Amino acid sequence: MNIQEGVQAHVSAEEFDVRDYMRLDLFPHFLCPGCGHGMALRAMMWALYENNISMDKLAVVCGIGCSGRLGAYIDSNTFHTTHGRPLAFATGLALARPDLHVVVITGDGDCLAIGGNHLIHACRRNVNMTCLMLNNEVYGMTGGQVSPTTSADRYTTTTPGGNREPVFDACKLAEAAGAGFVGREVTMQVPTLKDLIKEAYDYNGFSFVEIMSDCTEIFGRKNQLGESAEMILSQKSSTRPDSYGTKVDDPFRPNALKTGVLVKGVRPEYRDMNRPIQPVQPVQKD
Amino acid sequence: MLAVTKRENVQGNAACALGAIAAGCRFFAGYPITPSSEIAERLAGELPKVGGTFVQMEDEIASMAATIGASLGGVKSMTATSGPGFSLKQENLGYAAMTETPCVIANVMRGGPSTGMPTRPGQGDIMQARWGTHGDHPIIVLTPASVGEIYSETIRAFNLSERLRVPVVVLYDEIIGHLLETIELTTPDDDQLIDRKWASGDAKDFLPYADTDDLVPPMARPGDGYRVHTTGLTHDDRGFPTQVPEKAEHAVTRLLDKLDHHAELIESYEAVMCEDADVIITAFGITARAAHKAVKNLRSQGVKVGLFRPITMWPFPEAAYKKVTGNAKAIIVAEMNAGQLVLEIERICAGKPEVHRVNRIDGEVITPDELQAAVKEVMS
Ligand SMILES: Cc1ncc(C[n+]2csc(CCOP(=O)(O)OP(=O)(O)O)c2C)c(N)n1
Ligand code: SF4
Ligand SMILES: [Mg+2]
Repeated sequence: MNIQEGVQAHVSAEEFDVRDYMRLDLFPHFLCPGCGHGMALRAMMWALYENNISMDKLAVVCGIGCSGRLGAYIDSNTFHTTHGRPLAFATGLALARPDLHVVVITGDGDCLAIGGNHLIHACRRNVNMTCLMLNNEVYGMTGGQVSPTTSADRYTTTTPGGNREPVFDACKLAEAAGAGFVGREVTMQVPTLKDLIKEAYDYNGFSFVEIMSDCTEIFGRKNQLGESAEMILSQKSSTRPDSYGTKVDDPFRPNALKTGVLVKGVRPEYRDMNRPIQPVQPVQKD
Repeated sequence: MLAVTKRENVQGNAACALGAIAAGCRFFAGYPITPSSEIAERLAGELPKVGGTFVQMEDEIASMAATIGASLGGVKSMTATSGPGFSLKQENLGYAAMTETPCVIANVMRGGPSTGMPTRPGQGDIMQARWGTHGDHPIIVLTPASVGEIYSETIRAFNLSERLRVPVVVLYDEIIGHLLETIELTTPDDDQLIDRKWASGDAKDFLPYADTDDLVPPMARPGDGYRVHTTGLTHDDRGFPTQVPEKAEHAVTRLLDKLDHHAELIESYEAVMCEDADVIITAFGITARAAHKAVKNLRSQGVKVGLFRPITMWPFPEAAYKKVTGNAKAIIVAEMNAGQLVLEIERICAGKPEVHRVNRIDGEVITPDELQAAVKEVMS
């Protein structure tokens, strides 16, 4: 099914049936009950629909992980690449085929640990694509090992005494590396997340969105964080929309993570910076 | 279009770049490393002239990934590197083999292992080129021995890669990479250039990895409406991951059979004065040129010696080798490593004829004198 021309900019949650754009023959899907990745997938599909992006002209490039497995369910041109490398694959694809709309789906381990260097340079290089990083604080697919975004003191299979490494703020990294568009949102508010992703898709250049997902079955269970509903509620209460400004923070929630559009600037896209090749002038000698 | 030929004095690495352009390569992603950097440098200037794209990535892992990404988009693409970078490319090279994504990798060999001797020649990546990435996988490796051959073998590398949907490595040593020779730059006719088979027909019924007579399925170009899934996971004919034993076996078996099936197209070698030879030197790259000289010198002294030079290193032209060396009394495998190709030759010969070795791992080339002495010793 193709996303039709001329659909209205906003469709209600009831009107948008994500199943129309999924490879339903692969269902049942593999996600655990309550996994936040499912809500993230719904939001990214809804945003595609509202932005009128044709499934034929879309290319979804995924890394390896539970997050990376999402691509297979999208009825489009989907690429399941190698662990940590989807941004590098996507860079080649986007440069070779500027007519395609390139979306990368990656996880916190995929994007920040093994793929950290590629993220830095994708932000800096500014090739037109959207990177959606599903941060569930853990290596879900491999059974719950510590990740660069695991909160302090949390238990994972490789931090039996609690995590002692500091947590990585991916949005700050993306901003520092020069990304023109950076945003963060929780999965609890799918329509808000959808609106943020739409803005990222629309951005001409490299856009980075951290989606605060959750791994209910492994991370949640291990740390006794409750069921899915409790996990996303506590996630929500640890964040605060950027649009609220700084005043509300102090003195109540100085450590709350900001959500929403965190950076939006104007930078020339990679291809707009093409320079004609200058012939080297021989040095004139007297 | 008719072939345009011009004579030019070019460096080996430049010939690789020009061969790529002539073959229709329109995307290069790389990372600088001696002694291969001239390929990237030349293409940085040449690609924009023909509407292509050059990008210097953050490392070799990324450049291999971007090369494959561009090819998945339908553009002929390549990367170039040397030992340490070739090690980094192995992960995604396996992905290209598994997903049957055409791509060309030039590996200009320096002294190894590790950072080794960056500006000295070596031939120590023979086994890595074959077995560098994990698992059973198909790969083609071409070993040109002159600047002209780098040009023509790079074109052939693209053709084989497109035709068979297999990654192709163009493997040569630093000496040939930095050698200047006057060569004919022949622009291939359109009908001498091969483009991969593209999917056509009803998108609904399309199976991206269906069995075909030639074992090479057509590829779906993103944007053409086929909407296929590409994965390095073992996949079924629909392209989706499978762990069903029969399907998994079938998928990998076809990948490997593909090369056997097209052996005639892939194989290439040169046999010099082997018909009546008592001793046959087996060598490739710059070592083969020293061997050629040694054969000429010895022949003028009446010594019956020949040279077998594999141009396609992998899959090794085994049948041809057996035929050519069948009547010889001895074989000398000469290579600038501690003994790699010789393992394959010993396997093929299985004791008959006897196999001797000449090796160097000091960053110096093997000379005709050394080879002449080795032949005389073997014959005495
Ligand atoms: C080179 C390599 N190293 C390790 C792995 C094993 N591996 C698969 S997924 C994964 C971690 C995934 O974590 P994350 O990116 O956070 O994704 P999630 O499953 O949490 O969505 C690892 C380490 C691999 N596939 N490849
Ligand atoms: S293991 Fe965790 S991240 Fe993976 S599907 Fe289950 S809940 Fe989701
Ligand atoms: Mg994770």
